[in-house]
Amino acid sequence: MATQDLILIDELCVHYKIELSFFEALDNVGLIKIERVEQNKFIHQDIINDLEKMIRLHNELNVNIEGIDIVFNLLKKEMKLQEEVIYLKNKLRLYEDNL
Amino acid sequence: MTFIDYYKILGVKKTATDTEIKKAYRKLARKYHPDLNPNNKEAEKKFKEINEANEVLSSAENRKKYDKYGKDWKHGEEFEKAQQQQQSNRQRQSYSNSNQAYSDQDFSDYFESMFGGSKRYSSHNSRKFKGQDFNAELQLNLNDVYETHQQVLTVNNSKIRLTIPAGIENGQIIKIKGKGGDGLNGGPNGDLYIKFSIKNNTTFKRNGNNLYATVDLDLYTAILGGDITTNTFKGKVKLKIVPGTQNGTKVKLKGKGFPMYKKPNQFGDLIITYHVKIPSKLNDKEKALFTELQKLK
Repeated sequence: MATQDLILIDELCVHYKIELSFFEALDNVGLIKIERVEQNKFIHQDIINDLEKMIRLHNELNVNIEGIDIVFNLLKKEMKLQEEVIYLKNKLRLYEDNL
Repeated sequence: MTFIDYYKILGVKKTATDTEIKKAYRKLARKYHPDLNPNNKEAEKKFKEINEANEVLSSAENRKKYDKYGKDWKHGEEFEKAQQQQQSNRQRQSYSNSNQAYSDQDFSDYFESMFGGSKRYSSHNSRKFKGQDFNAELQLNLNDVYETHQQVLTVNNSKIRLTIPAGIENGQIIKIKGKGGDGLNGGPNGDLYIKFSIKNNTTFKRNGNNLYATVDLDLYTAILGGDITTNTFKGKVKLKIVPGTQNGTKVKLKGKGFPMYKKPNQFGDLIITYHVKIPSKLNDKEKALFTELQKLK
């Protein structure tokens, strides 16, 4: 993995005013993956969007780490179902056109 | 300006304690938070309402003003000061025996000039909130999404250059980060969600990355075999028809379907169904020949 795609967690702690322990707890439940390069801890830039969402859920709604994990799993399920609905709607259109 | 019942929005009584208000707000925020309700405009609207209600009712000072002045609570204090000043003006005028008097209308103008009609409430609550997410629908033809292209969209008076990847599905939604409404109290901007409505303006049918087409075959080519030329989405191809091809026979043309979303140079298949056309009006000679064929069987 290219190091230029990684963001130093210390910088994120300052930027989002979040304790390092929050990142470690997210890492423990598998919501983010902390990369270790030499003595430093990083996360990949691709997960910033999800991370911001987790921070908002935590700060604005007081959702704890386990709660965030559940919410993310349910949102993923919802997204998958929505994709399935779109796929099935389009498939149905294929047959409706023949009527 | 219509009166908004913040107590009703939070579902609490007017006598609710601070704890009850906080609890009610938290409960509703958990229900309607935009992160938990992606692409849900109703939830977004409701979330804004409960935030506004909470900002007013969670501050003892604002709540007191709201209870006292109702919809004019934001200007309540200024209103009182202005009223006191008006009274002292009246007293001065009566001392000077002036006939001039301030009507309610005069007072109102004075009030407006002093504080401005659109004076905005500045929140004591500095909590940051993400801006409103915007939703838009983009209508395209199936031809338009065969190749990746750029398009400039105008959303809420701002122009957005959008790259539309080839192979996007009908009904698919893409998110453009930060192109929604402005954040609240310095919070991040909302996102823009674009839903693609793709109209099929072709003779092909699409299912995912695969395309479907029906090709008419004359009876003689179906029986004896031969070569035909047929359309694919991009250009024509020559097909070999095997002798004895049945009506409804399907052939798959690998890689001649629709481009795969975000997988450059990968395509689905084109599935062709042969429709054998039976001649319906035979002349005497044809009829005689078919009868002869029938006798051979």
